[in-house]
Amino acid sequence: MSISIQAISKGFGDHAALTDVSLEIESGELVALLGPSGAGKTTLLRIIGGLETPDAGRVLFHGQDATEKSLRERRVGFVFQHYALFRHMSVFENVAFGLRVRPRETRPPEPELRRRVTELLELVHLGSMAQRLPSQLSGGQRQRVALARALAVEPSVLLLDEPFGALDAKVRQELRRWLRRLHDEIHVTSVFVTHDQEEAMEVADRVVIMNAGRIEQVGTPEEVYHRPTSQFVYNFIGNVNLFQGRVEGERAYVGGVGVALPEWARAGATTARIAIRPHLLELSREPDGSEYFTACVDHINPAGPLVKVQLTAQWGEPFQVEVSQERYRLLAIERGLELFVSLKDERVFVDTSDDSLMHGEGI
Amino acid sequence: MSSASGRARKEPAWVRLLLIGIAVAYLAVFLVAPIAAVFTQAFAKGLSAYLHSFADRTAYSAMLLTLLAVVISVPLNLIFGLAAAWAVTKFRFTGRSLLVTLIDLPISVSPVISGLVFVLLFGMQGLFGPWLSDHGIKVIFAVPGIILATLFVTFPYVARELIPLMETQGTEDEEAALSLGANGWQTFWRVTLPNIKWGLLYGAILTTARAVGEFGAVSVVSGHIRGKTNTIPLHIEILYNEYQFVAAFALSSLLVMVALLTLVVKSIVARRAQTQLGRLAPATVEE
Repeated sequence: MSISIQAISKGFGDHAALTDVSLEIESGELVALLGPSGAGKTTLLRIIGGLETPDAGRVLFHGQDATEKSLRERRVGFVFQHYALFRHMSVFENVAFGLRVRPRETRPPEPELRRRVTELLELVHLGSMAQRLPSQLSGGQRQRVALARALAVEPSVLLLDEPFGALDAKVRQELRRWLRRLHDEIHVTSVFVTHDQEEAMEVADRVVIMNAGRIEQVGTPEEVYHRPTSQFVYNFIGNVNLFQGRVEGERAYVGGVGVALPEWARAGATTARIAIRPHLLELSREPDGSEYFTACVDHINPAGPLVKVQLTAQWGEPFQVEVSQERYRLLAIERGLELFVSLKDERVFVDTSDDSLMHGEGI
Repeated sequence: MSSASGRARKEPAWVRLLLIGIAVAYLAVFLVAPIAAVFTQAFAKGLSAYLHSFADRTAYSAMLLTLLAVVISVPLNLIFGLAAAWAVTKFRFTGRSLLVTLIDLPISVSPVISGLVFVLLFGMQGLFGPWLSDHGIKVIFAVPGIILATLFVTFPYVARELIPLMETQGTEDEEAALSLGANGWQTFWRVTLPNIKWGLLYGAILTTARAVGEFGAVSVVSGHIRGKTNTIPLHIEILYNEYQFVAAFALSSLLVMVALLTLVVKSIVARRAQTQLGRLAPATVEE
């Protein structure tokens, strides 16, 4: 079922949680709402689910206005960060709950109910845990029960609020791959909230990046990473170095390194903020013909697939560069060494406005 | 923490003995001795005299009236306490903290005042007194007054048990139930009530104990009419003042037994309530 969110606003007291948010979600899509805490992600999710009512705007399910519909009528499956399992019921009864509370006419007969619950427990790999209480399960297992419980009512939409937020890193990774596979199997339109960009990138078909109650950008993981449309997105997704650059003619400069100004650059600007990802900078011992500036090595972290090198530019700005292990050995990088820094790729973000909220196309 | 408790265990023997001794002596003087005294006095003239005390018509009617006060105040306060705790913990509204403060009022105010309030409202010189007497309704110095006073002094107990419990549990369970298609009643009976049942029972026990034992507030509104408006505590006072010690202490022993029973049930329920809360704790085993 497709979801259409139209000009939603919501405030709590003086605080505006959402301001004029619109979003289209295709049927069968898996969408991540990503943003720092306080961005309004959970509020948006709860409005889609009918747990909150918006102050303004509409939510359409499959083209039909659902704004006034209650939680019960929307047929959404909601998965909570802290599972919200019913403590006094067995795993089986938790999953069966949605079927048992149906009115008599639509309630499946007991054998049919048992079959369906058992099927769902198999789907979440908890067939052998049916008679346990939630307190006897691990966090990851609890969250899978919560998911099976939500799926039992055959929801048209599945909403997950930081589903893996309370789990430790290892279980988290396993569960999010599992969620992706599950979604590929059952294709229910799903929206999940996360503040973990890796999680969003790995699981979602599309990522909605939110900040301060607004949507900053919507796109595939590839789009938001490589073609951010605002400095917030560039900063938020992946690591980034921020340089204070100067504008000369058609180009903005960081030391000796120049990049083309974007079309939307403010006329007459003399300074620019230039954001460059650590892996887009190249280090070398000698100038190799491209534009460069020099910097001094402060600290090296060689653990991991890439070596993270902390440097200070000749004018004093600290920044980070990621180089391959081979390059690291070839250059024999050590603390205190002076290196030449150039740009591998012009996929940087230049901002000439004084306020960083100004939006525009990156280069 | 282990080092701290380790140190505590290494306290010299005489310190430990002294501390335990003080505690035991204190308990003996202020708790065990009085209880023992109650039973000694009650049985001072033998078992038949003890049992005979209950056969007295006025004693019987006092017990009946006390039971009536319990039977009325417990269910009403269960409903009120649940409603109040629900309102306070599941919703945010103006006047919320005022309501929480008001719930505590009967505990902080003297029982005599609690009784006097009703005399001032419903007594002959009171606000509604003339109207009530015109219509032949007697509240003060009658059973309704006793019920009202009992209700007033006992109403905080259920709410006070439930508010912290429901606050920790939050509203997620209810939201989950609603999203699964349950209606309001189903959510209440299948999710909310099981979650709070031990707290509710605990509150009911405290309410019962207070309703049975209340003296001050009831004394003010009762009028002490023998066989009509005396509850057990009031009747005990009368018997004592008339030097009927066996009868007075026999009835007292009844109150003591109610209190002991309350303690036992309370400790069982408190343990169950603890596990109910404990189940909120994070998972112990990760896969």
